[in-house]
Amino acid sequence: MPEIKVTPLGAGQDVGRSCILVSIGGKNIMLDCGMHMGYNDDRRFPDFSYITQNGRLTEFLDCVIISHFHLDHCGALPYMSEMVGYDGPIYMTHPTKAICPILLEDFRKITVDKKGETNFFTAQMIKDCMKKVVPLNLHQTVQVDEELEIKAYYAGHVLGAAMVQIKVGLESVVYTGDYNMTPDRHLGAAWIDKCRPDILISESTYATTIRDSKRCRERDFLKKVHETVERGGKVLIPVFALGRAQELCILLETFWERMNLKAPIYFSTGLTEKANNYYKLFITWTNQKIRKTFVQRNMFEFKHIKAFDRSYADNPGPMVVFATPGMLHAGQSLHIFKKWAGNEKNMVIMPGYCVQGTVGHKILNGQKKLEMEGRSTLDVKLQVEYMSFSAHADAKGIMQLIRMAEPRNMLLVHGEAKKMEFLKDKIEQEFNISCFMPANGETTTIVTNPNVPVDISLNLLKREMALGGPLPDSKRPRTMRGTLIMKDNSLRLVSPEQALKELGLSEHQLRFTCRVQLHDSHSDSETLGRIYTYLKSALKNYGVQHLPDGTVIVESIVIKVTSSPEEPNLKVILLSWSYQDEELGSFLSTLLKKGLPS
Amino acid sequence: MKLYCLSGHPTLPCNVLKFKSTTIMLDCGLDITASLYFLPLPLVHSPRLSKLPGWVSKDGAVNLEKELKECSGRVFVDSQPEFCLPERELLDLSTIDVILISNYHCMMALPYITENTGFTGTVYATEPTLQIGRLLMEELVAFMERVPKAHTATCWKNKDIQKLLPAPLKDVVDVCSWRRCYSMLEVNSALSKVQLVGYSQKVELFGAVQVSPLSSGYSLGSSNWIIQSHYEKVSYVSGSSLLTTHPQPMDQSSLKNSDVLILTGLTQIPTANPDGMLGEFCSNLSMTIRAGGNVLVPCYSSGVIYDLLECLYQFMDSANLGNTPFYFISPVANSSLEFSQIFAEWLCQNKQSKVYLPEPPFPHAELIQTNKLKHYPSIHGDFSSEFRQPCVVFTGHPSLRFGDVVHFMELWGKSSLNTIIFTEPDFSYLEALAPYQPLAMKCVYCPIDTRLNFHQVSKLLKEIQPLHVVCPEPYTQPPPAQPHRTDLMLELQPAPMAYRRCSVLGLPFRRRYERIHLLPELAKSLVLSEMKTGVSVATVSAVLHSKDNKHVLQPVVKPAPVPPSKKRKRVTEDPPEVLDPKPLLTGAVPLEPFLALLHKNGIMEVKVEETSGGHILHLQAEDVLIQLEEEGTHIICDHNESLRTALRDLVLRFLHKL
Ligand SMILES: [Zn+2]
Repeated sequence: MPEIKVTPLGAGQDVGRSCILVSIGGKNIMLDCGMHMGYNDDRRFPDFSYITQNGRLTEFLDCVIISHFHLDHCGALPYMSEMVGYDGPIYMTHPTKAICPILLEDFRKITVDKKGETNFFTAQMIKDCMKKVVPLNLHQTVQVDEELEIKAYYAGHVLGAAMVQIKVGLESVVYTGDYNMTPDRHLGAAWIDKCRPDILISESTYATTIRDSKRCRERDFLKKVHETVERGGKVLIPVFALGRAQELCILLETFWERMNLKAPIYFSTGLTEKANNYYKLFITWTNQKIRKTFVQRNMFEFKHIKAFDRSYADNPGPMVVFATPGMLHAGQSLHIFKKWAGNEKNMVIMPGYCVQGTVGHKILNGQKKLEMEGRSTLDVKLQVEYMSFSAHADAKGIMQLIRMAEPRNMLLVHGEAKKMEFLKDKIEQEFNISCFMPANGETTTIVTNPNVPVDISLNLLKREMALGGPLPDSKRPRTMRGTLIMKDNSLRLVSPEQALKELGLSEHQLRFTCRVQLHDSHSDSETLGRIYTYLKSALKNYGVQHLPDGTVIVESIVIKVTSSPEEPNLKVILLSWSYQDEELGSFLSTLLKKGLPS
Repeated sequence: MKLYCLSGHPTLPCNVLKFKSTTIMLDCGLDITASLYFLPLPLVHSPRLSKLPGWVSKDGAVNLEKELKECSGRVFVDSQPEFCLPERELLDLSTIDVILISNYHCMMALPYITENTGFTGTVYATEPTLQIGRLLMEELVAFMERVPKAHTATCWKNKDIQKLLPAPLKDVVDVCSWRRCYSMLEVNSALSKVQLVGYSQKVELFGAVQVSPLSSGYSLGSSNWIIQSHYEKVSYVSGSSLLTTHPQPMDQSSLKNSDVLILTGLTQIPTANPDGMLGEFCSNLSMTIRAGGNVLVPCYSSGVIYDLLECLYQFMDSANLGNTPFYFISPVANSSLEFSQIFAEWLCQNKQSKVYLPEPPFPHAELIQTNKLKHYPSIHGDFSSEFRQPCVVFTGHPSLRFGDVVHFMELWGKSSLNTIIFTEPDFSYLEALAPYQPLAMKCVYCPIDTRLNFHQVSKLLKEIQPLHVVCPEPYTQPPPAQPHRTDLMLELQPAPMAYRRCSVLGLPFRRRYERIHLLPELAKSLVLSEMKTGVSVATVSAVLHSKDNKHVLQPVVKPAPVPPSKKRKRVTEDPPEVLDPKPLLTGAVPLEPFLALLHKNGIMEVKVEETSGGHILHLQAEDVLIQLEEEGTHIICDHNESLRTALRDLVLRFLHKL
C-alpha cells in the first residue's frame, strides 16, 4: 500500500527549528533546517540523530528544501550539511540563496564571537554549505531525479519565501513554510493552484487568531510611535534586518513625509543598505504596486531613514530606532533596550512573534524585572507594545489556502499545541478531511490511494469511445475488455487480439456443438424459418440473421436444421458457438430444447 | 496534426500548430522591413525631406506627387510607415487557444492577432519577455505618435497603379495587408492576455497537452517551447544562442526525443562572428571619437545594447574614452536599463552571482552612476541642453525610418568625421540608408547576431536527434547571393520539411498510445500471470470514463441481484442482459493430463482416436465427443447442459485467458 510519512524533527507542536522529514514514493526529503532561538544548548538544532545514529545524512536524504531565510527555517543548515554531513542538493529560491548566508554569518558572529561558544559552525562552513545550494525559480518544475520533482510557489511572508510542492508519480505533498494570504506594503499574497496534494503541511503560528485589518494595526502603530516621539521619548523597534523591517520603514517613511516630522529614524547595523539593495534587485518578488512603479520611484530608497551608530543611543531627544535582532535575544537591539528600559517615556514595539526564552518573550509576558548576565537585574519601566506585523497566515488565511489547494489531508506544524488543536477541529469540521499535528519525532503515516497510470492502445481507446461514448451509460455501462501487459516496468493495455499478436501466441478456439431434436412436419427450411421468426421475437436486443445458405446466425452462433430421409419429421437442430458467446449459446440451446411455439 | 505557416520570415515566425484538439500559435513576429519603403519620420522639421519632389510617371499619366517622393533616384511612400503582418486569411484567428511567445522580438504583432479578431485565448510568456516586449511596443507606438502624419497614402496600393510604379515598389507583394502601427490601448489590451510562466514550468492545456518553456540563451527570458502529450513531443526552437552573453544558457537536453522539431530564428548573418564584430565595433567607435567625430549606433532598446555597453565599460579606459559622453535616447531607455537589473533569475551564472553580493548584474549601472552614460526619453527636453560633442549616441529605430535616430542622421550625415555603426542584423544597411543619400558620414556594418549558425545547429540536431525537422524554406538552400556555400544550409536525413508563408504542413506522427488511469480498486483486483520471463498479463474488464481528455478505467459494478419475486420464474426465459465479453484463450490442452483430469472427475470410459490434427475423445458413458487439437477444442455435447459446462471448465484449466 503506498503511503507517505511525515516526521517533524522540529516545529512539531512548537515554533522554532523547523525541520520536517517527508518520505514519499521511496524518496526522503528534508523540509527546512532551522534553529530554535529560545535555546542555547543542544535543543537549538533539530535532532538529526533521528535520521541516523552515526555518520552522514547524504545517503538517507534525496534533497533538502529551504522555504525562506528566517533562521528558524535555515539556521541549522551549515551544522547539518558540514558538521553532521550532507552533500546532496539543497534547494532554495534566489533571494533566499542570496540572503540566507548573510543572516547565518550574522548569527554565527553573535554566537561565537560575542558569546564565545565553541563547537559551532565556521564562516567557511557557511560558504561550503552554500555551494551545495541549487536555486529554484517560482513555478519551475525541478527534476531532482527521474521520479522526484519539486515546484515552488510564492508565499509572501518575506522576500523570496516559497511554498513547495513535492511530487513522486501521482503522490504529492505541499509544504507552506511561513506564508501570508494578504498582500502587505511590500510583498504580495501567497498563491497556489488547485494541485490537490495528498498532504498539505501548513504552519499555524496564528492558528486561533483572526487578525483585525492591517490598516487598523498600521494606524495603531503610527499613533503609538507618533505619541512617544511627541513627548520626547525614544522608540525601539527590534526587527530582523530583512522582512518586516522594510515594510515598517516604508510605513514610517510615508508617515514622516506626510506629517512633516523631524525626529530622526535610524536603522541599525550595516545590513540596512545591503538589505535594501536586495529588495531593489529582487523587486520581481515584491508586490504588484512596487513592481509597477519601481522605474519611477524605488520604494526601497528611503529619505528619512538614516544609518544608526552605537553612540546615537545616548543622544538626547526623541528618535526611532530599528535594531536587530527581532526577539531581543542578543546583539544591538538588546544593547539599546538595556539603555532605554529604565525610562518610562520610552517605548519598545515588538512587531513580531518571540519564541520562549528570549527577552522579547519575557517582556511581552509582562515581566518587569529581567535577570541579566552577571547576576544583575534590569528594571523594565519603558512601555512595551506588541503589534503583530509578522506576516503569517491567520486562521482565515489557512482556511483560504486549504480551499485553494484542496488537499486530501492536512498536517499542522510551526504552532503551539493548544492552538493547533483548535484549528485542527475547525479544519476537520469544515473540510471533512483528516488533520494531523505530530509532535517532534512522531511520525504521521498517510495511506495514499493513487490511480495507476497505464498506456492504452489508441485503437482500443478509440473503439471503446466509439462504441460506448466517453461517459458510461449509468443504466447499462459498457464493459470494456483489454489485456494488460507488464514488461520492463511498463504497463500497457491493449485489445486481447493485439496482446496475442504481441506475445507471439495463437488463439485457442473453444467451441461447443449441441444437437437438439424436435418433431416438426414441415420441410427443413421451413423449420429453420420458424426458428428464425421465434428467435427474432425472443431476442430483441441481439442481431438475428437468416442467411441464404440455410443457416440462422445469432451474433456468432450458427444454427442449422437437418433431418434424415428415413425420418423427415425428426429434425436435428445443430447449434454451434464459441467460448466468446458462451452465455448466449447456453441460453439458446436450453431455449430450443423446450421446442418451438406452435 | 497540422502546422499552418502564417509567416515565411525565418526570424519573425508565426506558425499555428494544431496538436490533438488544441490550437497553438507559436510566436507572432512583425515584419518591420516594410517600413523601408517609406520616407523617414523626422522629429524636427527637415527642410531636405520636405523639399523632395513628388513622383509623377514619365508619361505624366499617373500623378502621385502627394503620396510618393523621389529621393536620390528612389521613390518612397510619404506616409506613416506600415508593417507586414502575419497572414490573417489562412485560418480563423478566433479559434486559437493559446499563443506561446519565445522572445520579445517575436511578439511584436501580438495586438494584430489578439485585438478585434475574436481571439479569446491565453498568451504565455516569461516575465522578462512580457516586460521588455511591452517596452518595445510602447517605444514603437511613441515613435509613431510623436510625429503624426496628416495624410495616409493609399492610392499607390491600388493594383493597377502599383504595377506602373518604379522598382522596387512595383514588385512588393501583398501591400493591401500592410497595416499602420497599433495604439497603446491595443497594446495594453493584448498584453493583459499574457499569463506569466517560468522556465521548465509545466502548463497543462485542456488536460490533453502540456507546454513548457526552456531557456534558449538568446535574450532575457527567451525560450524554446516543448509541446507534448504523453506520447508525442514537438519542440519549437526559435531564436537560440550558444554564445555566453548575458542570458541564462540554452537548455539543450530537454529537447531530446522530439518527434518533430520546428526550427526558426537562426542567425541572419551566418558568415559574421559576433565576437569579431564586437571588436570591430569598439575599434571603429574609438577611431571616430579620437578624430573628433560622433558615433551613431541605431539599435533596439533592449538586447544587444546591454552587451555593447558592457563591452564599452571594459574597453573605455584603455581606449581613453573616459570623458566621452555616451547617450542612450529612447522613450523607454530608463525603463530598459532598470528592468535589465531586476531579472537575476534569467541571467547567466556570472551575472546571477553579482546579485548575491548584492550588486547590479550589469555594469551599465556604474556607467550611469558615474555619469558616463546618460539616458533621455527623447532629443527634446534635457538632452538638448546637456548634449556635448563628440559623443556616442545609441538610439532607435534601427530601420532609420522613425525614432530619434532620424534626427541624428539629418544632423550628422553631412560630415565625414561622423560614423554610423550598424549592429542590428534585421535590416539591410544600404536599404536603411537609401533616403539619406548622398551621405558623407562613414558607414560601418558590424551586425551582431548571436543566434545559432548552421554549424552549431547541425551539431545540436545530431545531439538531440529529432525524428523530423520543420524549418522555413530559406534554410534548405544556400543563400541566394552565395549559391556555392552549401555549408550555409541545413542538410539532414531525412530532409527537413520546408515551409513558406501560407504553407499548411501535415506533421508526421505515429502515435499508438494514450495515457489512461486505472482506479486503485480496479488495479488491486487484477491478477497478473506470467506468460514468458519478464512478461506478465492480466485481463481487464472495466468501464471507461473520459472527460476533458482524461481517461479513467473504473471497476465494473455488478448489477444488483434481481429481487426474488414472481419475475424470478421468467429469468431463465430472458436472454442474458449484458453481454460481458469473454477473454480470448490461448495455450493448448494436452492429451494425457486432460485424460487424467477427466478420470479424477469420474469420467472413466474414454475412447481416444488419433486424427491428423490431434485426437478425438469419445466419452462413452456420457455420449460426448471432445476434439482436441493444437488450435482449438470442440466439445460436442447434446443433452446434458451441466455436463457441458463442467467439461468446459476442465478445458479452461489448461488455457490462459487474455
Ligand atoms: Zn518566517
